[in-house]
Amino acid sequence: MFDNPALLKAIFGRLTLESLPLHEPIVVATFIVVALGGIALVGALTYFKLWGYLWREWFTSVDHKRIGVMYMVLGIVMLLRGFSDAIMMRLQQAMAFGGSEGYLNSHHYDQIFTAHGVIMIFFVAMPLVTGLMNFVVPLQIGARDVSFPFLNNFSFWMTVGGAVIVMMSLFVGEFARTGWLAYPPLSGIGYSPDVGVDYYIWALQVAGVGTLLSGVNLVCTIVKMRAPGMTMMRMPIFTWTALCTNVLIVAAFPVLTAVLALLALDRYVGTNFFTNDFGGNPMMYVNLIWIWGHPEVYILILPAFGIFSEVTSAFCGKRLFGYTSMVYATIVITILSYLVWLHHFFTMGSGASVNSFFGITTMIISIPTGAKIFNWLFTMYRGRIRFELPMMWTVAFMLTFTVGGMTGVLLAVPPADFVLHNSLFLVAHFHNVIIGGVLFGLFAGISYWFPKAFGFRLDPFWGKMSFWFWVVGFWFAFMPLYILGLMGVTRRLRTFEDPSLQIWFIIAAFGAFLILLGILSFLIQIFVSVRRREQLRDDTGDPWDGRTLEWATSSPPPAYNFAFTPVIHDLDTWADMKNRGYQRPLTGFHDIHMPRNTGAGVILAGLSVVLAVALIWYIWWLAIVSFVALIGYAIAHTFNYDRDFHIPSSDVTRVEDERTRLLAATSQAG
Amino acid sequence: MSRLRTLFLLPLLASLGSCSMVVLNPAGDVAEQQRDLLMVSTALMLIVIIPVMALTIFFAWRYRQSNREARYEPDWDHSTHLELVIWAVPLLIIICLGAVTWMGTHLLDPYRPIGRVAAGKPLPPDVRPLEVEVVALDWKWLFIYPEYGVAVVNELAAPVDRPISFRITSASVMNSFYIPALAGQIYAMPGMETRLHAVINKSGDYEGFSANYSGAGFSGMRFAFHGLEDAGFQAWIAKAKDSGGKLDRNGYLELEQPSENQPVRHYAAVDSDLYKAILNMCVEPGKMCMSEMSQIDAKGGLGMAGIRNTLPLLYDKFARRGTIFGPAPSYVASICTTEEALAASKADQSATPMTSTPIVGAGLQRPLPLSIRLPSPSATGTLRSPFNS
Repeated sequence: MFDNPALLKAIFGRLTLESLPLHEPIVVATFIVVALGGIALVGALTYFKLWGYLWREWFTSVDHKRIGVMYMVLGIVMLLRGFSDAIMMRLQQAMAFGGSEGYLNSHHYDQIFTAHGVIMIFFVAMPLVTGLMNFVVPLQIGARDVSFPFLNNFSFWMTVGGAVIVMMSLFVGEFARTGWLAYPPLSGIGYSPDVGVDYYIWALQVAGVGTLLSGVNLVCTIVKMRAPGMTMMRMPIFTWTALCTNVLIVAAFPVLTAVLALLALDRYVGTNFFTNDFGGNPMMYVNLIWIWGHPEVYILILPAFGIFSEVTSAFCGKRLFGYTSMVYATIVITILSYLVWLHHFFTMGSGASVNSFFGITTMIISIPTGAKIFNWLFTMYRGRIRFELPMMWTVAFMLTFTVGGMTGVLLAVPPADFVLHNSLFLVAHFHNVIIGGVLFGLFAGISYWFPKAFGFRLDPFWGKMSFWFWVVGFWFAFMPLYILGLMGVTRRLRTFEDPSLQIWFIIAAFGAFLILLGILSFLIQIFVSVRRREQLRDDTGDPWDGRTLEWATSSPPPAYNFAFTPVIHDLDTWADMKNRGYQRPLTGFHDIHMPRNTGAGVILAGLSVVLAVALIWYIWWLAIVSFVALIGYAIAHTFNYDRDFHIPSSDVTRVEDERTRLLAATSQAG
Repeated sequence: MSRLRTLFLLPLLASLGSCSMVVLNPAGDVAEQQRDLLMVSTALMLIVIIPVMALTIFFAWRYRQSNREARYEPDWDHSTHLELVIWAVPLLIIICLGAVTWMGTHLLDPYRPIGRVAAGKPLPPDVRPLEVEVVALDWKWLFIYPEYGVAVVNELAAPVDRPISFRITSASVMNSFYIPALAGQIYAMPGMETRLHAVINKSGDYEGFSANYSGAGFSGMRFAFHGLEDAGFQAWIAKAKDSGGKLDRNGYLELEQPSENQPVRHYAAVDSDLYKAILNMCVEPGKMCMSEMSQIDAKGGLGMAGIRNTLPLLYDKFARRGTIFGPAPSYVASICTTEEALAASKADQSATPMTSTPIVGAGLQRPLPLSIRLPSPSATGTLRSPFNS
């Protein structure tokens, strides 16, 4: 039976034993490590009988806080993968001089830089940003949950599904060898006939559904579910940035979905949207993907700006300077982010007037961004700054990001871009803003809100280790790239001829090594913090003397967030409540109406992954079966009316009494 | 403090490296002007960046918690004067930068023939630019000198102080044609033509390469660019002329097959219409040129006959083009001979102004009678110049 190729093809599509990269020792070794780790993890979960707990309390949870935490875990796990790619590239580029081919062939190396970009943006930065918004926004606006709790769970699992598909490409088949935006014609069937680009397309399509739906969800939540009294101009600034980010997501991600669908049509049914022949035009793809791609940059950075605003205001013990102009700056950035996409390809021969238009709109974005920097600066002015970890990240951000912003404006000058486009200068620039802006912001946010999520702080010593390794490592890793860019070195090169360049690549590799230590310190920090959680515990729910509403409830917050929905009178609600001598209500609790957990999200996302894999490998029977199952299950789920329940007032009373007791104990001890 | 130390080290490092920083120290007038713009922009931005960084450090230190002498005003959150300044200063800088950008972008537009040889050195009135046709192949560069009838793979030369006019296209995927010492880059894209005008002012050997990832052999897509004195350039051309071989269509089809790290190759002669055929994606015999196709379409098209006018694709330079559910791969067959097609495109070379009558009524104009001369896509038979179609 296994001798019949037609039958095998019908069953397995183009998946054969040769699809497994058994001849690549690096991949095999990675697989063994991952498999052993996976087996150990599964074994441990089984041994400690944790599967039931995880399934009931986490995987099927519709609680925005738990989903937020799961997003963070996903982001951190994928950071390890994305960073492994980074350090492999740095090693290759530091080695491949003077006729040496390095240790990676082009087949492998080209996959690595593609995967690095895709993973870092879609499966590290996006989950971390979405996770923080998920966790924080409902607490900041005094809501019990997001507008559509099930949808939230489903969105999360779709994002996981995308990540699973990307990870699968490492061990079964290959990933795209096109660069992270997969420009055609290179990504078309003629030049990339293998499964790599299909992995790329379907991973992003599956994850894109999740991102889009979570965007819809958060927009609804912010617009409709704010506590009474919280007008738009009394929203915490992080919620404002989250709103703008999610508006951007809702407007931009359909473009990505559409352009990838067109590319998929080109690859599967022979249409000619982006081909060279038959009237196709690859430049159309480049335009469309950047119409999504540029807003994507602001989708990532705006929430980071929000985090810095919250952190600066909290740790300076001061109201945020220029709240109103901060809000308008955010809105202006949101709108302008749609008017700049062409600056990613000035060098494709648009006319001078088109180039100048897009160059100048890009520069204009630096005005509101500059205003934001000044606002943080003047929040520090006449403040009383506590240099806890989140504030350290913020100062590091302000010093790092300004450099990245400056090089960004440089690249927005078209003639300057003609000499720097696609160079390592560009690579240094966007890492400068994404690491120095987004990632530093995420670390600030993680150390700021971690005590809220778990009831104890992160260990400061290892946090500071991680901070210094990251910051110093960043400068070591990327300043050489700026210099190399000015030496005319372009990106994505695998081998080099000029030996004088090597020293800079070695310095950059050293920087990457420091960042590795930073990541390890971060992991150790979490581990040590969990070990030392009793010493680090915070029972007040307000460890930083916070100013916004999330610090009003306990840490971790109860499932219902607030026993009574708070009424808002001022911008910094919690600071205002504290000033007025707010007393927690101690009696009179009601039943609380809550959404019920469901496994539908996991199942739908699982079916989507199966469908995607079937499409990637041309296994048509499986594609049909999983598609029918997907639609069928989605319809069946709409008939599930058992979606909510009430937390009885007795339970609420018990939880709140416990908090009263803890608060009393803390205030006596203090 | 080590972060700050790194910061202070940066300018030092930059000055150390500047001798080899070709972008900051180029040899062509266009690249030099681009460098100047880079410098001006940086200086303009430093007006605001340096104070911001200094203030960040100063405020962070001055208002630290342990400094009880510093003023603490927890409710101070607004100052109209300050807000005006923090919006106005960046705005003013961006207005200056915007003006510089607008002028610089137009003056240094790669499509614009250069106006001077170097600073203070105007263009001699009778100078004719050196025409070079550039084709990005998988994974090497083909340079054709129509004036001399020679072609070279992976090596380029130009006389010092003579303007160069590049016409650039690609045979397969997107690349970017970049010689940092000479001028900024421009993409090379299949079926499209981009232009670059530049001049080299100092003789020497420079590096050129593709600046856009194009597949497995991308790292090896480098070539030497020689800036030569007139005599040296003539000798270089003569050397190419002596090398024998002719690059005709068949030779080209062999050459365009994917190959990596190719050595320099000279061709003493080259088909005069080869570049045009590559641009119009019709080097393969029997395939309809895009210029021909658009001429037919502009005159009303072939109707139903046009749909059936395809032949199965036999030749393929890279890999299978057919898709799993798509039709069998095919190409549009030419309906006239190569000579006829070329003659037609030559007949159209005198530029006819576009008809300026506005569109009236509910739809487009009716097709004009054949006797009326239609505007050709462009004087060179370019079909899809980006943004111009």
